[in-house]
Amino acid sequence: MDSQTIVFAILALISLFGGIMVVTRRNPVHSILFLVLTFFCFAGFYVMLGATFLAAIQVLVYAGAIMVLFLFVVMMLNLREPEALEGGPSFFQTLGFIVAAGMAVLLLAYFAGRPGPGVPPFSAGETAYEVGGPESLGMLLFTEYVFPVEIAGILLLAAVIGAVALAKRKRV
Amino acid sequence: MSEIGAFLLEKTVVGSVMFGVTLGVVAYATLGERKLSGFFQDRHGPNRAGPWGLFQPIADGVKFFTKEEFIPDRANKALFVIAPTFTFMAAGFLIAVIPFGDRIVVNGREILLQIADVNIGILYILAISSLGVYGVITGGWASNNKYSLMGGLRSSSQMISYEIAMGLAVVALLIDHGTLSLRQIVLNQTGPIWQWSVFTHPLGFIIFYVSAFAEAARIPFDLPEAENELVGGYHTEYSAMKFGLFQFGEYTHMTLASGLIATLYFGGWSIPWLTAPAEPTVWWGLLTFAVFWIKTFFFMFVFIWVRWTLPRFRYDQLMGLGWKKLIPLAVLNILAMAAILIATGGAGME
Repeated sequence: MDSQTIVFAILALISLFGGIMVVTRRNPVHSILFLVLTFFCFAGFYVMLGATFLAAIQVLVYAGAIMVLFLFVVMMLNLREPEALEGGPSFFQTLGFIVAAGMAVLLLAYFAGRPGPGVPPFSAGETAYEVGGPESLGMLLFTEYVFPVEIAGILLLAAVIGAVALAKRKRV
Repeated sequence: MSEIGAFLLEKTVVGSVMFGVTLGVVAYATLGERKLSGFFQDRHGPNRAGPWGLFQPIADGVKFFTKEEFIPDRANKALFVIAPTFTFMAAGFLIAVIPFGDRIVVNGREILLQIADVNIGILYILAISSLGVYGVITGGWASNNKYSLMGGLRSSSQMISYEIAMGLAVVALLIDHGTLSLRQIVLNQTGPIWQWSVFTHPLGFIIFYVSAFAEAARIPFDLPEAENELVGGYHTEYSAMKFGLFQFGEYTHMTLASGLIATLYFGGWSIPWLTAPAEPTVWWGLLTFAVFWIKTFFFMFVFIWVRWTLPRFRYDQLMGLGWKKLIPLAVLNILAMAAILIATGGAGME
């Protein structure tokens, strides 16, 4: 067993543990903090695949900004721990369970028996490190994929203007 | 010894030394803060423990460990206990990419006085410092106290707002240097003193430094713990070593923010007009290490100086400064930098 496999196993175990804790905790604040832990492990996977830029952005955007806003909203609403379920799960809980279980079955059916993408080894890491780094990614984004980038930029601009307009609207 | 064994040994030794030295500096930063505050207020400051009060940090540590650990009734115990470690971890992770010194050659083996020179250095710093908010916000929430919660919420909105200004200030620097690696940024600043980025990015430097004050939650931006409005802010309910860890995390943040300012804008470990020898010895390594810390100490002094000189902002003033002044200024700075580079055909234009 090489060092890559060991690191991958540790990260995989922690992220699975975090994922299970996210859906089983009753307290929403605990769920959010476990989700942050899971995102951290994802960043670790990106680093192992050589996608260092993506790893940094994963932590910066998801763990550092979006989850903080989640936490902010949950704390402002001051959600208490819900009481124990009465009279069985609701319609939407049943629906959610069926969708999630169906998704899991589909993914398992697809990936079972197929070899994984594999992890690039450290010795050949030089190339993966270069490919996943900020420079090559930036070159691609602003040459080959410049049109999607511009579209995404316009969508984000529209969202920002919409948010400002909503916040500015005079309260009656 | 095998290659991987040598690598692990090198990184363990370099990592332990950098971590140990940083924590030592942080411990004495608390003494420095109190000594300097005494000086600014025309009094002695701590002078009882050892000569000139030099053992004060040790005495403080003993005090923190022996005081009563108090957990408020109906607090969320698990999060209450773990929150101070979040603050400290987020600050401590930054040590990994700070270039503390140049490379040295020992027995034909090249050793970098930096734990990891990664190609995303600055992004790593921004990402990790964006996590600092978790300790404060969970600590404030878990205390089950309205003043603590107010402190935590203020802190989260303050840190998110000023991160944007800080990130935008750094973008202008990156356009100029054309790299995210902190070591490469230092190397770009070697040579005559006007190679320092502060001379090419004066506006960016000011925005970055002001944002660093807000990120470290120091006066004039210490609204998360404004004692005349919020008792003690997010750490109102904390006592003993848990409180100590919050303080320690804050001082670590201040120390590393100073180190980062020295690295990005003041040449880091480089010495003006001096180039590295072809065969860098241990002495050269120690010299660069000392130069890095001297520059860092200066910015830590400014942090303390400002704290004991300026009054605190009001909360709406703080947000106004961040969103209506610093962020537009930072965007203008980026545009100006890009325009200058296009006009002069500078770095990265080939």
